Formats: sequence, C-alpha cells, structure tokens
Amino acid sequence: MSTRGAPVLTKGVNRTASTAVKRISGFGLGPVWHGLRRRFRGLGRASVIGIPYLWLLAFFLIPFVIVLKISLAESEIAQPPYTSLWYWIEHKYLNIRLNLGNYQYLIQDSLYWNAYLNSVKIAAVSTVFCLLIGYPIAYGIARARPDRRILLLMLVILPFWTSFLIRVYAWIGILKTNGLINNALMALGIVDTPLVMMQTDFAVYLGIVYSYLPFMILPLYANLEKLDLTLLEAAADLGCRPSKAFFRVTLPLSMPGVLAGSMLVFIPAVGEFVIPALLGGPDTLMIGRILWDEFFANRDWPVASAVAIALLLLLVIPIVLFQYNQARAAEAKS
Amino acid sequence: MAESSKAPAVFQPWRDPNETPYVSIERVTKKFGEFVAVYELSLEIYRKELFCLLGASGCGKSTLLRMLAGFEQPSSGRILIDGVDMAGIPPYERPVNMMFQSYALFPHMNVAQNVAFGLKQEKLPASEVRKRAEEMLELVKLGAFAKRKPHQLSGGQRQRVALARSLVKRPKLLLLDEPLAALDKKLREHTQFELMNIQEQVGVTFVVVTHDQQEAMTLSTRIGVMDEGELIQIGTPTDIYEFPQSRYVADFIGSVNIFAGKMIVDEPDHVVIHSEEAGMDIFVNHGVSAGPDADVWAAIRPEKMHISREDPAREQNCVRGIVDEVAYMGDSSTYLVKLESGKIVRITQPNLLRGNPDRILWDEQVYLYWDASSPVVVTK
Repeated sequence: MSTRGAPVLTKGVNRTASTAVKRISGFGLGPVWHGLRRRFRGLGRASVIGIPYLWLLAFFLIPFVIVLKISLAESEIAQPPYTSLWYWIEHKYLNIRLNLGNYQYLIQDSLYWNAYLNSVKIAAVSTVFCLLIGYPIAYGIARARPDRRILLLMLVILPFWTSFLIRVYAWIGILKTNGLINNALMALGIVDTPLVMMQTDFAVYLGIVYSYLPFMILPLYANLEKLDLTLLEAAADLGCRPSKAFFRVTLPLSMPGVLAGSMLVFIPAVGEFVIPALLGGPDTLMIGRILWDEFFANRDWPVASAVAIALLLLLVIPIVLFQYNQARAAEAKS
Repeated sequence: MAESSKAPAVFQPWRDPNETPYVSIERVTKKFGEFVAVYELSLEIYRKELFCLLGASGCGKSTLLRMLAGFEQPSSGRILIDGVDMAGIPPYERPVNMMFQSYALFPHMNVAQNVAFGLKQEKLPASEVRKRAEEMLELVKLGAFAKRKPHQLSGGQRQRVALARSLVKRPKLLLLDEPLAALDKKLREHTQFELMNIQEQVGVTFVVVTHDQQEAMTLSTRIGVMDEGELIQIGTPTDIYEFPQSRYVADFIGSVNIFAGKMIVDEPDHVVIHSEEAGMDIFVNHGVSAGPDADVWAAIRPEKMHISREDPAREQNCVRGIVDEVAYMGDSSTYLVKLESGKIVRITQPNLLRGNPDRILWDEQVYLYWDASSPVVVTK
C-alpha cells in the first residue's frame, strides 16, 4: 500500500506547492517574498556573528562563571572538593554563602603576590628581549629583496610546525648538565665544570624569548614593510644621518607594530606554565605553576579558582589597553 | 636666438661668459644593471635659474634629479655643485634640498615639526628654529595650520608644507620632483605662479622635473628636453617652442603639424621644401643648414596657420582641404582638416566673435595658409 500510495502523495504535494507558488506570484506577494529574503539575510548575518559568540558563551563565559563560583566556595574533602554556594533550609529558605576568604588568602599570603609580580617581571623582561632581538630581524626582512622576504618569513614561522612541547623539551637536552652546550664547552676546554643552566630563571627567560619571538617579529614586520622609504630619503635630504633618521622616523612610525608585538608576547607569557615547569627551578615562581600546584598537588580548588580569576583580571588590563590601541590605530587610518 | 636683440635686463646668465655655472653635470651616465637611465649627459645650471627637466616618463629625468640629491651615484662622469665634486658626498651633507613628488611629509609630526625638522639637524638654538619655521610657514601662507597633522590637510596645503620644509634650510639648490602633479588644474596654475614668486623672493636655484610641458613653459628660465637618457635640446621656453631642433621636441612641446619633404631650393635667405604629404612646395623665408635634396621636415604650429572658406589667392604656402573635425574649446576652436594627400592637419583659431553664426563647420572645403616665417625646418 505504501509503495503504491507514496507516488500519489508526492504528486499531491507537488501540485499544492506549484499552485501555492502560482498563487503567490499571481496575487503579487512579491514584497512578502522580499521581506522573507531580507529577514533570512538578516538571519545569515546574525548567525555569522552569533555562532562564534555562542561558542564563546559555551566554552568561555560559562566555564568562567563556574570557576568564579568555585572561587567563592570553601575547600572540602569530598567529591567535588568544594562546598556548594547555596542550600535549602527546611525546603523553605534559600541559604547562599559566598566565601571571600580565598581572595583574602591570596592577598595575605606573600607567595601569591610574589608569584604574580614575578610572572609580570619575567613576562616584561622577556618582552623587552623579544623586542630587542625581534626588531632587527623584522627590519632586516622588511628591507630584504622582495623575492627573499617570503623565504625569510617562512623561516620565522617554521618552528610552529613542530610541537611547542617538543621544542621546549629540546631545550632541556641543550641546557642540561651533560647537554649539548656543556659538552661542547668542556670538549673545547673552556670550562672545567659544567655550567648550571637548567632549572634557573635564565632557562625560563631563554625558553620564553625563544618560544614567543615569532609573535614579536610578525606584527613588527607587517608594520615595517609598509614604511614609505621616501620618508627616510626626505630625512636624509634634510640633513639627518641614517642612524638618527631611524630614531626620528622609522621607530616612531613603527610604534603600533612594537605595541602589537609586545602585547602578543607579554599576555601569554604572564600565564605561561609549560616553560617554567620544564625549564625553571623550584624557586622560579610563576602564577601558572602556582595554579597547577593548587589544583593538582593541594587539591584546593577554591583557592586555585581564585588564583585563576585574579590572573584573568591581571591580564585583562593589558588586553584592554591593546584593544584600545588597535581601535585608535584603526581610527587614525580612516 | 630669438631674444638676442632684447634689452640686457633679461636674466640670461648662460649667455654671460663671465658667469660660472652653479651646477655642472659632466658626461654623467647612470646604469641600473643593463638599463641605461642617463647617458653621457652634460648640463650647466646657473645661480637663480629655474631650470626644468622635461620629458616623458622613463626618460631619466628623475634619475638625474636623484643623482643631484645624492640618492643615486653616477656610474660614470661627475657632478659639481658650486665647484665641489659631489662624488661620495651623502645626501645629508649636500647643500641641496628636494621636494618629493609624494611630498614625503612625516605623518607622525605636525606641520610645524615637519618644517622645523631640517633646522633641528643643524644644532641651531630652539628659538631660532622656531622663528625660521614660522617665517617659512608665513611665506607659504600656512601659519594657521602649524599644529595640524599632514593627513588633516588638503593636497595643495601639503604641497606647500613640503615646499616650506625644503626651503627652510635655505638651500642653494632646490630640487623639485613633479611638484604640481598631484594638484588639480586650477590649483596647479595658481601654485605655478606662487612657486615663481617664492623663487624670486628667496633667490634659490631651482631644478624642476616635470612631464607637463605647460608647467615647464610657465615656470622656467630654461628647459632641458630629455629623451631616453639624453638631453636633446636646452633652451628658453621660447626657443624650445618656436625653434625646436628636432621632430621629437617639436612634437613633445605643444602640438604641431609636421610635413616630411625634400629640400629643392637651398638659399641662405630662403628654402623651398617639396612635400608630398602637403601636396605642395613649402616656402620658408629663412635659411636652413641642410644640403640640397636633404630629407627635412617642416613643422608648423596649429595656431600659426590660418583657415578660410575663400581662396586667399596666395602664391605660396596655401593648401586646400576638407574639414574633418571641429573641436570647440571656448577660447579657441581646433579644426582637423584633411588634405588631398590624406594628411590630417590641425589648425587652432581664437574665437574672436561671440557665438559666431558664420563659423566653419564639418565637411566644408577650406583653404589653409601660413606665413613664410612660420615653418620650422628640422633635419632629424
């Protein structure tokens, strides 16, 4: 029956559909159609913007709220290892308990202060080194022959093709007591006893500068490559030596690139965990490691969450500054 | 040539044997790889001249200017400025300033800072720097705009900032690369006169590069016409226009009708050229240094030809044709007339009568005639 009925049914649907279409066109329902199309186009536009926002909402904002909630709870030996923020008393009264003690603890315990300050210091110093190393490289690439620039840029990006973790591990092999550098120095007779480089702040700086250097070079290159070289000719023509012209013309005009590169290095470097964990020593305090220890060693989720929230606030300030700078640059361009 | 009989007050230092040239370019060649941009070029420019280098794009004029500024080094030959060989002297040590085609204003500095930039390199006291920058901004009438950034200015204002910036160091030689190219026509004409006034006020030697022959004619004391890296003629605007030495110059400056022909009469005071193209013999009432039977070209400017419906009944230099096109341009009209040989001739006539009801129209038969002094005879 179904096999016989099906074609009939399909035909019927087709007929109604075609008459409906005819009727729409016959009665001049064009505007409705256009309205639908316009609404659909609006829908398309909304979904282009909306889907990423939904993604961010689901995987960023909601976890953030959960972490915020945990940071206001108390530690407990239970599953999960923290108290609930609310409970019912006699099924009538809702009791909400917000515990700010974790934040108070962060402020009172100098360990956290020191870790935050040390993170900012390490990130800032690394950013300065990235800038000092990255600026000449970016400048060199921007002034290279156009056909060579692609190759040089490829060489800057090439390390990304290897896992970040493996590259950091490779540094252990280079820096450790019987590693590449020490063996070479000993073989050449330059040192008698191996240098201690692993598990020092030096190794952390080295690791961060090495890992984040491309993030400094690329925005700087993008900026320097756009520089109008006739401006440098004009400076020379007006009696300015090339070295001075760099500081009077090239450097000020490349400040947007310097800022962008610095933000791209500084922000992730503050929260860096892998590099201090692998290359740093026990006294290399960085907030990323504290976070790890609180979660996994101490199993104190509420304090760890408070550390995470505080870190976020610490990072939001430079991010907002960065956004402000970008917006201003875009405005100046228009 | 033409002005030799005029009063001595005319500024013509290149005619004075006692004058020493301020800029001497001696057999300069510039090669970029295989490409020869400037070839064996020699030129002398005198103090307070406004010299225009004129040529089509790619003729080497900008390269020559860049060699004067020190941005390029000659492959061979030498450049002397005020008697000093410029070889190996970097741009920042030359007594020369340049106004760039793109103006090259520093976008991160305001107008006053841009103008003061050159003075600050000289370690002058700050008050002196400020005073001279302000004076210069007054000269170019931009005193009210000192605090603006370049992107807040119009094209004409930017051009004036660039001029002020290049003049503020009181250079002895100012190089201008297409100074007016970025301006619209009205502004360009206005600025041309401003530029001339400023040049007279400050008494600087100007070397201007341009591809705009109108600009060159208006501005310069002398014009050097360049083609393929060589200077093919140097002369006053009048010389260049009225006495071109080659078909290229005649054709490049203004418009011209060129008739190819053969010299059939070669006397010291007149020549006759038989031209198939014109379908007639052209009588020229001045001597030409070319042998009999030489291939020559007679060049006649459109405004030096006359057009009429009636036969002017002239024995010489008159030819019949049919009007092919009429272009009304307000102040004048240009007629394209087809001769019997098929050659199209261009004639420009001023529109003396307002709304002339009897004007010559398409497809009319007309006579073209010209004075025996009008044609220029060139041999190359």
